Amino acid sequence: MRVPLSWLGEFVDLAPGTTPEDVHAALVSVGLEEEDIHRFDVSGPIVVGEVLDFVGEEQTNGKTINWCQVRVAPGDELAADGGPAIHGIICGAHNFAVGDKVVVTLPGASLPGPFPIAARKTYGHVSDGMIASARELGLGDEHDGILLLASLGIDAPVGTDAIPLLGLDDSAVEINVTPDRGYAFSIRGVAREYSHATGVPFRDPALAPTVVAPVTRFPVTVDDQAPIRDRTGASVFVTRVVRGVDPTRPTPAWMIARLGLVGIRSISLVVDVTNYVMFELGQPLHGYDLDKLTGGIIVRRATAGEKFTTLDAVTRTLDVEDLLITDESGPIGLAGVMGGASTEISAQTVNVLVEAANFDPVSIARSARRHKLPSEASKRFERGVDPRVAAVAAERVVQLLVDLAGGVADDLGSVYDEAPVPQPILLPTGFVSGLIGLAYTGDEVRDALVDVGASLIESDGDLQVTPPSWRPDLTDKWTLAEEVARIVGYDRIPSVLPVAPPGRGLTRMQTLRRTVAQTLAATGHTEVLTYPFVSERANNAFGVTVSPAVSAGASTADAASAVPTSVPMSVPQIKVANPLDSEAPFLRTSMLPGLLQIAHRNRSRGLVDVAIYEQGLVFRPETGVTYGMAVLPAGAARPSAEAEAALNAGIVPQPLMVGIVSVGNDVRHQPGQPAVGAGWQSALAAVQQVALATGVRIEVRQGQHPAMHPGRTAELFVTVQASPVSASTVPVSTVPAATVPASTEPVSTVSVGFAGELLPTVADDYDLPAVVAVAEINLGLVFAQADGDVTVTPIRTMPAATQDLSLVVSVSVPAAALCAVVAEGAGDLLESIDLVDDYRGAGVESGQKSLTFGLRFRGEGRTLTAAEASAARLSGVALAADRFGAALRE
Amino acid sequence: MSVPSVPPEPTTPSDPADAIASGAAEPLISEAAVNAAVDAALTAIATADTTAALRLVRSEHAGESSPLSKLNALMRSVPGNQKAAAGKLVGQARGAVTKALTARENDIGSAEAAARLLAETVDVTAAASTWKPGARHPISLLSERAADVFVAMGWEVAEGPELENEWFNFDGLNFDEDHPARAMQDTFFVEPTDAHLVLRTQTSPVQLRALLSRELPVYVVAPGRVFRTDELDATHTPVFHQIEGIAIDKGLTMANLRGTLDHFVQALFGPDAKVRLRPNYFPFTEPSAELDVWHPTFKDGARWIEWGGCGMVHANVLRSAGIDPEVYSGFAFGVGVERAVMFRNDVKDMRDMVEGDIRFSQQYGMTV
Repeated sequence: MRVPLSWLGEFVDLAPGTTPEDVHAALVSVGLEEEDIHRFDVSGPIVVGEVLDFVGEEQTNGKTINWCQVRVAPGDELAADGGPAIHGIICGAHNFAVGDKVVVTLPGASLPGPFPIAARKTYGHVSDGMIASARELGLGDEHDGILLLASLGIDAPVGTDAIPLLGLDDSAVEINVTPDRGYAFSIRGVAREYSHATGVPFRDPALAPTVVAPVTRFPVTVDDQAPIRDRTGASVFVTRVVRGVDPTRPTPAWMIARLGLVGIRSISLVVDVTNYVMFELGQPLHGYDLDKLTGGIIVRRATAGEKFTTLDAVTRTLDVEDLLITDESGPIGLAGVMGGASTEISAQTVNVLVEAANFDPVSIARSARRHKLPSEASKRFERGVDPRVAAVAAERVVQLLVDLAGGVADDLGSVYDEAPVPQPILLPTGFVSGLIGLAYTGDEVRDALVDVGASLIESDGDLQVTPPSWRPDLTDKWTLAEEVARIVGYDRIPSVLPVAPPGRGLTRMQTLRRTVAQTLAATGHTEVLTYPFVSERANNAFGVTVSPAVSAGASTADAASAVPTSVPMSVPQIKVANPLDSEAPFLRTSMLPGLLQIAHRNRSRGLVDVAIYEQGLVFRPETGVTYGMAVLPAGAARPSAEAEAALNAGIVPQPLMVGIVSVGNDVRHQPGQPAVGAGWQSALAAVQQVALATGVRIEVRQGQHPAMHPGRTAELFVTVQASPVSASTVPVSTVPAATVPASTEPVSTVSVGFAGELLPTVADDYDLPAVVAVAEINLGLVFAQADGDVTVTPIRTMPAATQDLSLVVSVSVPAAALCAVVAEGAGDLLESIDLVDDYRGAGVESGQKSLTFGLRFRGEGRTLTAAEASAARLSGVALAADRFGAALRE
Repeated sequence: MSVPSVPPEPTTPSDPADAIASGAAEPLISEAAVNAAVDAALTAIATADTTAALRLVRSEHAGESSPLSKLNALMRSVPGNQKAAAGKLVGQARGAVTKALTARENDIGSAEAAARLLAETVDVTAAASTWKPGARHPISLLSERAADVFVAMGWEVAEGPELENEWFNFDGLNFDEDHPARAMQDTFFVEPTDAHLVLRTQTSPVQLRALLSRELPVYVVAPGRVFRTDELDATHTPVFHQIEGIAIDKGLTMANLRGTLDHFVQALFGPDAKVRLRPNYFPFTEPSAELDVWHPTFKDGARWIEWGGCGMVHANVLRSAGIDPEVYSGFAFGVGVERAVMFRNDVKDMRDMVEGDIRFSQQYGMTV
């Protein structure tokens, strides 16, 4: 809402020299947010001139240019620019005659643009200024010719400063009006708020005119057969008639200027007047050409498929919820949104029917949205218009048409008024002070409420508060408390820190989430935050559904021989209905596509070594599940247990993931240090960092993933304890029930993700080099196993015995599996086992490999003998031989 | 070096063998001979400047065939009444030489060790690094810090889904389905839209979830990611972060809201930070306020910066959670994390925070 200061000053006294900034500051203090300041951006000298003479001079381009002599100062006085009283000016327009008064911008003046005016040589003359059009002055769109002052009804002496004459010295503050303050979409409402903010008296324009009641009834019927949410479409419908309007009368300059400042183009006097009164009082108005109306007016809902041509000449198909103004010819207006072409005010209109109605906010909001026709009128109706101001506004229009358009007020009209009367609200003593935490005096409470227009009845100290008609937002004692706090001032509210009951700190999952983030950053990864919007293709490539659980100990040795999936599968995914980027309308099912894009962006900026990670939610709907809820429970009441359960059950599983991408070098080339490239080992190192951070063992197995290298991919598993993981009420960071298999085994493993290298072709899709290390882990599943319940093994302090062990096995045996078997066979005396070497070549048969382990044995309470250690080692060898055909390599 | 003289004799034979040979008036082990041997040993010790040289000196002057050893060997022939004096003389001499040898050995050892270390000098500014720097994102770090301020006061951290049911995002929060505020929220809807799932436009749904799932009183803070259909530009991003707090208890007031916010901004920005409340409108609070924060060290100078919204939790929101607004009251607030990073760290362009350029986060490292 823009508020011209001159207009505001009609209803409150503005101190001399009040600036737009001052007005903003005052309005902000009562809750109207400042947006902008609007000015005409013109500066003088701009004066009234009289055309004394002009000569048309034909140019070589065929145009005729007028060389004009214009008087810009009376007699022999100097003109406002210090030049002679008569200026020679070139003018391309032809809509004037000798003797016409015009607006002359003299050298030194500046017009909006900015467009500085100077004497300049053109068409063989020195043009000593410019004769301005309305558009050049910022007074509208009119640019067919120069502005003739007579067309505005102005006849001012030559030399008069045209800036105040045309209202161009005015400025407007723009404020943001919150949805609860519809009344502030009017000068009236803003003036009231200015009065609240500054204490200056407010003169309510709605109290000013004496409303004339129509004598002869114009037939108006409100026939709403389908009220929306039990509210009749129109509660007030006032009509008034003005006859004998002179359609040639101009809109006065001050009105054009004010409308211009509020952002409304001048159209015709009658239309301008209805717009003007709407801005002044907040009441949307519509003028009909009375002579084009057929019979009386009926307000009704549209019928299915009914058509209506709005005054923008668009024929619209109506909805049965649309509220219509109709006459015997059919629809003549889409209520509160736009009028119709058939009864539009035209240049021939002499008899005007003025409509001032009050329409249901919901009905108008839906129609405006449905037809994508937001308007100044619909904006006001949506937020609620003062039902008591309709008759006042109609009266104001009538008076302006009489005063400015030479019309005659007719006694024909109607007053339909079924608007509900505001009901009193009980405001118990002390309620406001108790809610705000400030001891307001009784006077402060009463004065504030009276100030905003409420009427009060006091009983036993409590107040019965009847809100004013323009405040439909005042509905309960809390809204009244806000008014008191606001009017007295929020700056008076004291600062009192409340004491919360003892809390339990961060949850384990919240702590783990931070630890994982810190650990990855500390090990060389940079955290990024990507958008979750991806293409369907990206989801299909990466959104692998988690493998079914495999029971512990199951052999995965044959996994490496599985054929990688070459055809991307279709992954269940969620599509955004109104995406910003039509290329990426789906919600991510994996963290990796976003991270790969970021990796590419970094490399395109010359950052070749990139290691990044992100923790975040992915969106993984399951096939065959219907999410959401067709009919929502009502607000303002706790949903039933069933409804609440249904609300939660309808939430798409959103597990917490971490995605990690490394490309380029992990260690760059340096003095004495060769470069170490990022690869599958980087990905697995990151996985182990996550495992370390969470205290959960993550088991690595050879795996397959359609977007990943068939031989360099690990699938990651955690061991799930017997107790089933329960889905919490909030499905974040928790395990969606369906992804954890119901387990009857005491212990099982569940896949939590993948790590390794991308398929080179996929890397190429993202314009990345062939080797890209990636890992993605479902942290929800990992965290669920992090119980922090460590049982400490006593530290043995006796001397250790260390031995090496080399075993020859088939290359298909995973080192980890062999290691586990040796450890199992070696028994309790084995304290640690590490893979030291993997040898293939001379001395080892083709298809075989020699794996060397470093073993450390230690006894409990006594020093082991070499023989005991060797015996344990050989037990390990024996089991390895049994399970994997391993042979001791001497 | 002085050697005690017992008995005092003026002569100083150069070689103890001479003394032995001369026999007669001279004592068998003359002081002169001992002193000569000691002086020769000490001179040689002092001259030796390497461990190897010193080893030779030790052999010559303290070895079995050294003059002092030969003198010592004469002890068997010394008359009984002179044995004590002669023994003392030789013993002290040998002690002096041994002590000098040990001292010299330590000196040379230290010098040689120092020289070896000096030779190992490297350019410490050219150390090769086997690790690379990583970094947290300031949005995450600031969210965590903000949450920690509340955790320290006994509040707890609550979370909720990002793809949320409209009931939690709107209806339950007193956004009527026809309320202009609901249309103003620039919401991302997902298909099918009649399933009423939206990307949450605010962290406020978490408020409602907390109220529905927790015992009263409730003091929780909810940091999280939210979504609105704003195109990315220097000051807008469709995906951003909020931290929201809600406290519901008996007798909570708007003064408690201000007290909490005062403490929060001072803990986060410093003791000089101030809060200003301006009347505003939100569907889920009544009264409602805009939250401005002021700090003398903000970039571009001390000034008020609009940071978020707050107010007393609307009675209808309490009712949505089955809480009687006549018994309980409470306040809620929400602030933008991106905005805080911008005005706190002089980030001029929102895109720096969302594009994932590693140079941005690496300016923060592990702390914010």
